[in-house]
Amino acid sequence: MIQDVPSTTPSLDVRGVRYAYPDGHVALHGVDLTVARGERVALLGPNGAGKTTLVLHLNGILTATEGSITVGGLAVEADRARLAEIRRRVGIVFQDPDDQLFLPTVAEDVAFGPANLGLRGADLAARVDEALAAVGMSAQRDRAPHHLSFGQRRRVAVATVLAMRPEILVLDEPSSNLDPAARRELATILRALPVTLLMVTHDLPYAFELCDRSVILDAGRIVADGPTADLLGDEELLARHRLELPYPFSPVRK
Amino acid sequence: MPVGAGHAHVLYRDANSPVHRLPPEVKIAAMVAFTVAVVATPRAAFWAIGAYALLVAVVAALARVSLPWLLTRSAIELPFVLFAFALPFIGAGERVEALGMSLSVEGLHGAWNILAKGTLGVWASLLLAATTTTRDLIVGLDRLRCPQIITQIATFMLRYLDVLVGEARRMRVARISRGDDPRFLWQLRGFAAGIGTLFLRAFERGERVYLAMLSRGYTGRMPAVWQGAGAATTGQWLIGATVPLLAGTVAATAVVLT
Repeated sequence: MIQDVPSTTPSLDVRGVRYAYPDGHVALHGVDLTVARGERVALLGPNGAGKTTLVLHLNGILTATEGSITVGGLAVEADRARLAEIRRRVGIVFQDPDDQLFLPTVAEDVAFGPANLGLRGADLAARVDEALAAVGMSAQRDRAPHHLSFGQRRRVAVATVLAMRPEILVLDEPSSNLDPAARRELATILRALPVTLLMVTHDLPYAFELCDRSVILDAGRIVADGPTADLLGDEELLARHRLELPYPFSPVRK
Repeated sequence: MPVGAGHAHVLYRDANSPVHRLPPEVKIAAMVAFTVAVVATPRAAFWAIGAYALLVAVVAALARVSLPWLLTRSAIELPFVLFAFALPFIGAGERVEALGMSLSVEGLHGAWNILAKGTLGVWASLLLAATTTTRDLIVGLDRLRCPQIITQIATFMLRYLDVLVGEARRMRVARISRGDDPRFLWQLRGFAAGIGTLFLRAFERGERVYLAMLSRGYTGRMPAVWQGAGAATTGQWLIGATVPLLAGTVAATAVVLT
């Protein structure tokens, strides 16, 4: 699904991003983060650490007060055509699928993104089929989102951005509210996608399962960056940033 | 593509009839044209009203909509035509004696006019509703060049009504679980506060939905995705035109005769 980008360019390069909300509250204090192509990275952090604020910078919904962001070598700028391309490259899956799926049928919703890119007719239908097949939801294409289970809705939400053939897929709390089976099914789907992945979560076992590398964001700063197993093994580090492993979980690969 | 799948509403009667298969824009246009013809008919032309009722009966039979269903559902018009029942008593001018009451002839004509035309309009709308899903209604309005802002609002309503109802239901259960039992008007405080909360939540959700739309390249106009597929052909327009044409002929004849 990745195309037209030289393979040496990182999918995502965030340099010294600072952001202050209009009320003066500083949410990001200079964030640096580089994600190589095809990498799967977990962005960990407690509530209020600035995770969602950072995510909204990646596709130019929020504009950094200082610093720069490039996606596949293309800088995020407030220019209309540039923003359209950036939003194609950065596929954000929001936490609540009911926020993402706003059209009356699954197929129409999946078609919304690629149609905004100018696709029509058979090309558009092919994109929709491809994206729905990737998340195993082809049979549900004509159903209404509110008639699907929560797990199915989250998978369709992933398809809505896959249909834009993103450079990087950004998932906000992908495992929240899923039952164990749906959680596992989503993990299987995400692992099979040939796309760079940035997963925002505080579900540490899920990060361990899916991502080799993790970064911890706390109080608007990246405070740790390394192999997921190392980070999760450092109990003191986790405790310092209000992160905890579920009691019986041990970060040792089978 | 069956765009309407999974979008039945209470009035929709699922069946596979020639009327169901007509494209929605044809049915909407036919319904409006028929209603205009009915309204334009002089009120003294009783035979014309009979002819319209016959047309409705034929379409209902074609659509496999039963007459009892049509009659029970017509009860919806009662609050709107109640005024008509008062007209014979309060009307001015020449009066007749019936059942020991003195009734105004002018008022009787007026009441008949409102009742007959109102009922025919309701029947036409019911037939449209019984044979068209909500989704198709919106698609039809869109193809009839209805302003996009209106069809968009209708689309959002269709999508989020269930979400909102679900939220309201959960809030109610949570309230009742904490001992709220609003049986009297003055105990509705919790309910009223709930409405406020629901409004705020809907507002916040609107903002999140908008952000998610922006993230997928929304620029302020909905892309015309499927409107092109399955739009009405000339043949279908002609089939759909038969009923309003017949009604128009009846209306024209009635105007000429009176």
